[in-house]
Amino acid sequence: MQDIAELPVPANEPVAQSPFLVVRDLVKRFGKFTALKNVSLSVNKGEFVCFLGPSGCGKTTLLRAIAGLDPQDEGTISIGGRDVSKLPPAARDFGIVFQSYALFPNLTVAANVGYGLVNRKRPRAEVEARARELLALVGLQDQGDKYPVQLSGGQQQRVALARALATSPSLLLLDEPLSALDARVRVRLRDEITRLQRRLGVTTIMVTHDQEEALTMADRIVVMNHGVIEQVGTPEDIYRKPASEFVADFVGTMTFMDAKTQGPDRLRLGTVDLICPSASRFGPGETVRIGMRPEEIRVRNIDAETPNRMMVKVAALDFLGAFCRAELEPEAAPGVTMLADFSVNLMRDLAVVEGQTITVALPPESLRIYPKT
Amino acid sequence: MTTTTVTAATPAPAPTRSAAGWDEWVVRAAIASLVGWLFLSIALPLWTLLSKSFQNADGGFIGLANYVRYFSTPTLFQSIYNSLGVAFLATVIVIPLAFIYAYALTRTRMRFKGVFYALAMLPLFAPSLLSAISLIYLFGNQGLLKEVLFGHSIYGPIGIVIAQVFYCFPHAMIIIVTALRLADARLYEAASALGTRPGRIFRTVTLPGAKFGLINAAFVVFTLVVTDFGIAKVIGGQFNVLATDAYKQVVGQQNFEMGAVVGMVLLVPAVLAFVIDRVIQRRQVALLSARAVPLEPKDNAPRDAALMVYCLAVAGVLVVVLGTAVWASFITYWPYNLTPTLNNYAFANFEPTGWSTYFTSVWMAALAAVIGTAIIFTGAYLVEKTKVSPILRGLAHLMAMLPMAVPGLVLGLGYVFFVNAKWNPLGFLYGTLAVLVINCIAHFYTVAHITALTALKQIDPEFESVSASLKVPVWRTFGRVTVPICMPAILDIAVYMFVNALTTVSAVIFLYGSSTKLAAIAIVHMDEAGATAAAAGMATMIVMTALGAKLLQLLLDRFVFGKLQVWRRR
Repeated sequence: MQDIAELPVPANEPVAQSPFLVVRDLVKRFGKFTALKNVSLSVNKGEFVCFLGPSGCGKTTLLRAIAGLDPQDEGTISIGGRDVSKLPPAARDFGIVFQSYALFPNLTVAANVGYGLVNRKRPRAEVEARARELLALVGLQDQGDKYPVQLSGGQQQRVALARALATSPSLLLLDEPLSALDARVRVRLRDEITRLQRRLGVTTIMVTHDQEEALTMADRIVVMNHGVIEQVGTPEDIYRKPASEFVADFVGTMTFMDAKTQGPDRLRLGTVDLICPSASRFGPGETVRIGMRPEEIRVRNIDAETPNRMMVKVAALDFLGAFCRAELEPEAAPGVTMLADFSVNLMRDLAVVEGQTITVALPPESLRIYPKT
Repeated sequence: MTTTTVTAATPAPAPTRSAAGWDEWVVRAAIASLVGWLFLSIALPLWTLLSKSFQNADGGFIGLANYVRYFSTPTLFQSIYNSLGVAFLATVIVIPLAFIYAYALTRTRMRFKGVFYALAMLPLFAPSLLSAISLIYLFGNQGLLKEVLFGHSIYGPIGIVIAQVFYCFPHAMIIIVTALRLADARLYEAASALGTRPGRIFRTVTLPGAKFGLINAAFVVFTLVVTDFGIAKVIGGQFNVLATDAYKQVVGQQNFEMGAVVGMVLLVPAVLAFVIDRVIQRRQVALLSARAVPLEPKDNAPRDAALMVYCLAVAGVLVVVLGTAVWASFITYWPYNLTPTLNNYAFANFEPTGWSTYFTSVWMAALAAVIGTAIIFTGAYLVEKTKVSPILRGLAHLMAMLPMAVPGLVLGLGYVFFVNAKWNPLGFLYGTLAVLVINCIAHFYTVAHITALTALKQIDPEFESVSASLKVPVWRTFGRVTVPICMPAILDIAVYMFVNALTTVSAVIFLYGSSTKLAAIAIVHMDEAGATAAAAGMATMIVMTALGAKLLQLLLDRFVFGKLQVWRRR
């Protein structure tokens, strides 16, 4: 895995940005199950990082280890240059928001937000002023006297956020904060959290299994699977250049086909030759997996000069609202099915119907190649 | 010197490290104290009882000799048959009675369900022997209805079985009601959609659904009867059972070793019932899926009317039987002079300790309620919500579950041997109020512990994590959030402890001292001395006090705590 995932160790980071959180060789076991296998990671100050992966991939375990709630078995964690590996949660400096919000039901919204401040022996007036300030920050200035049960899910989520930020922590941890909300509220809160994070500049880590959430909110995404980091990168990197078949499949949709390398930049799929610059990474005659995003398949403006042309049969068309997803069967490669997204415009202009044979092209720069496992 | 250098070198982490460590050490110390308390108040007394049964009078180890002597003495051995016999009969009678009653309360649209439920609970607020006293008034030598027995005597197995039926009825009913409430309406809809007749639905859906509850209830009743002391003492006559044997061996003949053997024998059915209950509960959970649809009984006037008549009859008999003792306590000379009087309440005329036993009882029960609730709830919190010392927490939970399997009489015996042991520096506790309070807390620990755990499990598990992230110490969140949220459960536990400490006979019969005689024991003594009316009077006082405590809880819940719980309302 090491060679595929671009593990950013501090040395690889640009000098200007000092890593704020450094995780090294973290191992966490639950009985015989190893939830984290030598995970290393660094996060820069002010960055918004998402841990993305399917359930059971270790993303929440990693977050809880960083918080000190479920201490790791091996490895070290440092926050702001301070080694916190062995410290209990209270001695680390972070705020946390859980999926369940964990608001204290018997305390008012204002008391919830001020909960961590009261303990710091601040004067009552100061605590109240700070609570009001934070409630205003999340747009709930007039809800301070209510109890959590009287608020909607989205409002409760914002209270939890305000409570976590009240003590001005240097690190904000969000554990699937949006997954208990319904779709519309989720999209709105997504923007609000991102804006708030940019404004306060607080280093933030969010755990999510929702790729759309990660792609829209994060500065960088950490894709995890089976307790290891598969890839770390900007949302665009993750989507355009997925480092492994797993990442390509988990983030967005991709069709995978078996092919053989034919030369430094040639592949053979069935009986067609494909031009593919990145094939040079593999030796000649090797079987590889090629991946293609459905929206990258070209249908228009194909002429004799267009590389990677092929005749395909439209086996099925599924109407999905803004576009149609087509299943294409290349005539030169029996048994292979490719997915392609056709816009409504294209469908109308070309009058595509099921059973028809059309010419498509696979742009060489859009072809991804992975080792056959 | 060294510390200063270290602090100077790393100024930031040092203070936080010590602050956090303090927090964790308090929790560790609390868990260690809890384990120590449970070990002293539960594990050690039981261990002493066990080892005593293998010793001679001088404390020398003699292996199984006591057991051999026990099983080769026909009079002692006979008690096992007697105990099992009455327990079997009482169980066979109680379970169907309680099942139909519980069915009426859960599966019909009958009116006054709440009233019927409350009436069936009445026996829980009285010492077990109250029903025995009533039976003596009704069917005893001077009984009103003596002829109904056709010359048979109520003193003996007949009386024991009938009295046990009354005493055990609410225990069985509560368990079966819980089992019947867990029903999935979709099963019934599927069955009737397939055209199944009601009788077959009852056999194939209702009964299998309640099966575990019924088995559990049967074992609970069986154990209650085998281990109950009060009823057999009052109405058993010459009919010996295990519980009275233990009493006679220890109090009558001062044969502690043989008492210990009887105690160990008494432990067998209780431990069996406990193990079976655990196994059943594990299965019961899997029985009902989270997506089950609650069953709403349909209109069925004839069925409701028939079951209403049944409930009226059962509740009526319960009230009459319990009421007889209360009524008789105000009667001048039963059954010849029925003029009302308060003479029977001048307890000093029948028992040298007089009214003081009553006040001792109330004081003891109040202490057990307050101290017990504090220990048990805090203990449950430590077990459920903290993360340090997992092994000690597991041990604490295990010991907390142990008293469920230990009859009061057996624990009481264990206490006698433990407190009187030569090696024990706690010997000064013998006969004090403190040992009675500790014994009661230990005896009723499990149910209260489970109640507290259930309440705590409903609280978001991340509260402690949030507090830690906000650098708020655990005890602050415990006091400011956890306790207020759990207030209803805490009140439940307190009233449970109070009522049970007040009504128990078996747990304390061996432990009281001359200045700490309890009301429930005074009842036994007054009854022994033939002052049945005064015994009934004292029992009445206990019932009234226990019911008063329950009423106070309901009022508090509604008018005081209701106001403090505004946050529950939307």
